[in-house]
Amino acid sequence: MDMILGVPIAVLAGQLLLGVINGAFYALLSLGLAVIFGLLKIINFAHGALYMLGALTTVVMFDAFGVNYWVSLFLAPILVGFVGVLIEYFLLRRIAHEDHIYSLLLTFGVALVIQGVLTNIYGVSGLRYSMPDVFRGGVNLGFMFLPYYRAWVIVIALLVCFGTWFMIEKTKLGSYLRAGTEDSQLMQGFGINVPLLVSLTYGFGVMLAAFAGVLAAPIYSVSPVMGGNLLIVVFAVVVIGGMGSIAGAVITGLLMGVIEGFTKVFYPEGASAVIFLVMVIVLLIRPSGLFGKEA
Amino acid sequence: MAGSTNESAIKQSIIQQRKSADRKKLILNLVLLAILLIAPAVLYPVFLMKILCFALFAVAFNLLLGFTGLLSFGHAAFLATGGYTTGYLLSTYANVSTEMGIIAGTAAATVLGLGFALVAIRRQGIYFAMITLALAQLVFFFLVQAPFTGGEDGMHGVPRGYLFGLVDLQNNTAMYYFVLAVFLFGYLLVQRTVNSPFGQVLKAIKQNEPRAISLGYNVNLYKVLAFVMSAGLAGLAGSVKTVVFQLASLNDAHWHMSGEVILMTLLGGTGTLLGPVVGAAFVVNLEYQLSQGALGDWVDAILGGIFIITVIAFRSGIVGEIQKFMKKNLS
Repeated sequence: MDMILGVPIAVLAGQLLLGVINGAFYALLSLGLAVIFGLLKIINFAHGALYMLGALTTVVMFDAFGVNYWVSLFLAPILVGFVGVLIEYFLLRRIAHEDHIYSLLLTFGVALVIQGVLTNIYGVSGLRYSMPDVFRGGVNLGFMFLPYYRAWVIVIALLVCFGTWFMIEKTKLGSYLRAGTEDSQLMQGFGINVPLLVSLTYGFGVMLAAFAGVLAAPIYSVSPVMGGNLLIVVFAVVVIGGMGSIAGAVITGLLMGVIEGFTKVFYPEGASAVIFLVMVIVLLIRPSGLFGKEA
Repeated sequence: MAGSTNESAIKQSIIQQRKSADRKKLILNLVLLAILLIAPAVLYPVFLMKILCFALFAVAFNLLLGFTGLLSFGHAAFLATGGYTTGYLLSTYANVSTEMGIIAGTAAATVLGLGFALVAIRRQGIYFAMITLALAQLVFFFLVQAPFTGGEDGMHGVPRGYLFGLVDLQNNTAMYYFVLAVFLFGYLLVQRTVNSPFGQVLKAIKQNEPRAISLGYNVNLYKVLAFVMSAGLAGLAGSVKTVVFQLASLNDAHWHMSGEVILMTLLGGTGTLLGPVVGAAFVVNLEYQLSQGALGDWVDAILGGIFIITVIAFRSGIVGEIQKFMKKNLS
């Protein structure tokens, strides 16, 4: 068998694939955080809980009503996005003019409530969700085996990321969003309904998290605590990338997934810590992050 | 001449007011001290010690959030580092005395705090919070995997030992007064710091950092010093907590703990000296009461709810709101 640095290519490629998949989730989640940060200037600490809500909704809708994967892919993000709009409208809006630290703490409280309530209902052990039959099996690429579902996750996640980038950079709605990021008061002066835009933006960021949750349902263990630790990794990814650009969030997410995958091959004990170490190094060399603009 | 007499009269009355305010504060503090001294006669000492440990932890944390304006989301790392260091030394080496173990734990947390500060200081605001959170997660992974920490189980059976080789700390009453002394040391140290010229600069940084910079203060140096001191005191709280419960647990390193200390401080009142103490007593007591009843599984959800209500409805916290009320109605 072919070897690279004493490791079989198949093992290396397999871990690389897992890394790219994790990276796709990091990308989707940090993208949502970046979109929300752009307009609201807050870090959404509830992002992990809402990602979990997306996955859990998928499982529960299937168990209770037999809603299939494809419907969930649209329905779950819309439902969870609506929850996000409610959070923004009833909670975040009330303290929008306060120090942003309070918004962060508020979303942390929201995350505790969502996670705490659902833990009481569904417990912490994972729920099972079987993937659609279309995705069973995979294709042998010669040097590695590629399960169909994992290929699908990578493709659809990248498409959604690209779609988000396109919408923000190239459409009229996106131009409003970018204008709001620069100066929301001035935009309000031009007669654009900024509070509505803020609600929709938060809802959209939350939808991205929930979408990632649906994608995760068939491959990760679905439980109320699945979002908590993941979110901290995503925070580190965000710090590494900086909040400067949408594309930056996606690229950094994928890159970190791959780095994590490599670490799993060569130094498994360090796999869970490597992203945090990268964060420290980046901060020491380039404090504003790889793609960050502000100091 | 009339003007100057007037001025000096005003000065006199201000001094008078300050004096009477100081006297009120002194009386309040003495009453609280008396309560703490006789408390073990009424309440279970171990429960009180838990409150005091968390109160010290929250007081240390408040030095950053309340008086410097830095939100650290990684303070669990210092609590745990202090606790684990002390636990390891006391259970491994028989000749390490209890007070040496605690000092070593505090020192370890202080050094770690310096490391955190040097990295996190490079960003501000919410980034600062995220970076400290990520760094604390790194510490958590280390404590899970390191060979001497007991992994998921933590460290059990840490001996309490003898204080200065004389006082048997197995006795809960003796232990209580030792913990109280440590708490008072930390509390008074923070009080002294906050009221010193150094503390004034910290407050200036909180209120208007650019102005503090333009006045020529080396803002980053002050932030690092405040962070290191806060970390050290948090480590002290963790060390003492380990001795009290004879246990260093992974819970102390988890980011939930970092969130909990924020809640204690916020709920009690950021930027007030007594606030974190009140907040810690409230949260510890609430958790205890809930764990006794049918709502034991709902602790997280209820704490989250309190978080939301505090942030939205009373950001000054319990003590802060009382102070506001007193100012409005009594002067």
